[in-house]
Amino acid sequence: MSTPVSWIATKQLTYAQAIRDAHAIALERDPSVYLMGLGSPDPKGVFGTTVGLAEQFGAQRVQDMPTAESGMTGVAIGTAISGMRPVMSHIRVEFALLAVEQIVNQAAKWRYMFGGQMQCPLVIRLLVGRGWGQGPQHSQNLDAWFAHMPGLNVVAPTTPADAKGLLVHAILEDDDPVVFIEHRWLHGIKGDVPEGYHSVPFGQARIARVGGDLTVVASSYMTLEALRAAEHLAQAGIDVEVIDLRTLRPLDTETILASVARTGRVIVTDNSWRTGGFAGEVTSTIAEHAFGSLVAAPRRLAMPDVPVPTSPALARFAYPRARDIVALAADMLDAGERVAALQALPEPAHLDQPDPSFVGPF
Amino acid sequence: MPELERYRQMARIREVEERISALYGEWEMRCPVHLCTGQEAVPVGFCAALSDGDKVLGAHRSHGHYLAKGGDLNKMLAELYGKADGCSAGKGGSMHLVDLEAGFIAATPVIGSTIAIAVGVAFAALMRGEDTVTVNFFGDAATEEGIFSESLAFAALKRLPMVFVCENNLYSCFSPLEVRQAPERDLLAIARANGIAAASGNGNDVDDVHRLAVEAVARARRGGGPTLLEFATYRWREHCGPNADTDIPYRPPGEYEHWTGRDPVTAYRRRLLAGDHATEEALAAIDAGVVAEVDDAVRFARQSPFPAPEEFATDVHAG
Repeated sequence: MSTPVSWIATKQLTYAQAIRDAHAIALERDPSVYLMGLGSPDPKGVFGTTVGLAEQFGAQRVQDMPTAESGMTGVAIGTAISGMRPVMSHIRVEFALLAVEQIVNQAAKWRYMFGGQMQCPLVIRLLVGRGWGQGPQHSQNLDAWFAHMPGLNVVAPTTPADAKGLLVHAILEDDDPVVFIEHRWLHGIKGDVPEGYHSVPFGQARIARVGGDLTVVASSYMTLEALRAAEHLAQAGIDVEVIDLRTLRPLDTETILASVARTGRVIVTDNSWRTGGFAGEVTSTIAEHAFGSLVAAPRRLAMPDVPVPTSPALARFAYPRARDIVALAADMLDAGERVAALQALPEPAHLDQPDPSFVGPF
Repeated sequence: MPELERYRQMARIREVEERISALYGEWEMRCPVHLCTGQEAVPVGFCAALSDGDKVLGAHRSHGHYLAKGGDLNKMLAELYGKADGCSAGKGGSMHLVDLEAGFIAATPVIGSTIAIAVGVAFAALMRGEDTVTVNFFGDAATEEGIFSESLAFAALKRLPMVFVCENNLYSCFSPLEVRQAPERDLLAIARANGIAAASGNGNDVDDVHRLAVEAVARARRGGGPTLLEFATYRWREHCGPNADTDIPYRPPGEYEHWTGRDPVTAYRRRLLAGDHATEEALAAIDAGVVAEVDDAVRFARQSPFPAPEEFATDVHAG
């Protein structure tokens, strides 16, 4: 479903500004909300997503913290079960791995294991990314790990409007722990963002592009690569539908299956590794529930099962991109010649930095 | 009289633990149990220093903490029997105890994990200006976890109204202290180095525990920051399960006998009798009352229905 924004006042914001906007709305609306994270109140404000908020709302609402991810996640949980609504940010998902015990054993299960007597409305922002030589321990995207956990919500928005709306929903409207995944290559993109209170519920995928020949399922940054591939394939008369999942858990299987029922062909992209990745989950769901609609085997496009190297000469093999989607689609539609006849899909000059052509709106 | 109440509470916890031990072989309580037989004085002595509104979090061996803070006995036993009337509706078992009305916020079993959560509970109280002291009970092994150090540091940084209570029973499962900690390791010095007041006491002496608890709770309440208390005590039964484990050669010879000779319940009984605080008859009446109460609780737990099948998938998410 696309967000109906036409009648709402909007302004152009970057994804990072949209997140800042969501933070400000949540802090303004609910005194039990507070932000905590290394560098949250510092001048750079977690890539701009918290800039100026400490000045506006005070040091208790926008807190720095010791470099103690596990302990501080426990602290955040302790405040959440006491009625507060903490938003904890980790500038790299890898740092949050120190807190996985708290997230998995405690936050995800707190409601269930005490028979529903308490809740843990905690938002954990995890920044993921790729490129610029971030290497083995600064460029992972472990979305599937968190999506595996009953009790967690896992959100991975693509657009600035969704970043705002889903974060507002996560902080103010959802009473369970939320893992909110932000791809650093999205922080700079711009798009129309509804002004004022704007929330997007969980479990409703967005059809980012309507098409009838083939479905590409994506989330977070890979949605942009999928859209780029779709534009290219359109020149060859191939009409691609792009589904932006928005939330991995809960997963909007209805929208996925309805799309596949129409197109009969599907490529599922992944922001992470192939084995055990989230694309496998989506592909299995399609195989189980839409097998009869398929006219070709569903295909996954994920990172090869190799840690991410640092050198740009090697890292270029780690990440799938638009041209890989194009090649897969051409193969599935037996359209190799038609696609080969097109002017080649322009490749960014550097694969280790965000493509400046991604500016939106989306 | 507070002395008689302390005795009653210890005798009650002892009776509960030993009854679980006796009935466990019926295979009706189908969850792991970590019994605190021999360690009754710390929860009782400490919780007597707390107000109703104060909050307690435990860990895996927390039947005593739950009961001493006023947790409902019927609901605890029903929880062990996996019943709908259990304190966690049958979803948690012995390792996930809660009684919010009594201020027993939670016990969960992964070592060290609740320490940070207790710090968060205290932090919430501080941020909201509530007059609440938060206490976390944990064992000696928890102090080896990284999260223990992280928790101490933050509690000190924010001068949180809380008390860390370490029950040092010498063992982590079957691993003795000397394979886990250097002989020079000084837990109180670790706390003090973090800026936290610290003291140690005899964990088998309910009055000693209570004296230190009163001081620590008062410090927390007047804004004086957190305290760490370490109490020496001893686990009589196996790490997990209903049995004695003296047939397994992991305790040094004579150690078990040394500690069972310092039984906190009988020692206190003797003290009350010697000090003319109680008569033999009064204590016997307390003992009988405790047995009857546990009889009733076991009956309640057995008669409680199992959770309905549809409860399996409730409470995963809100709504």
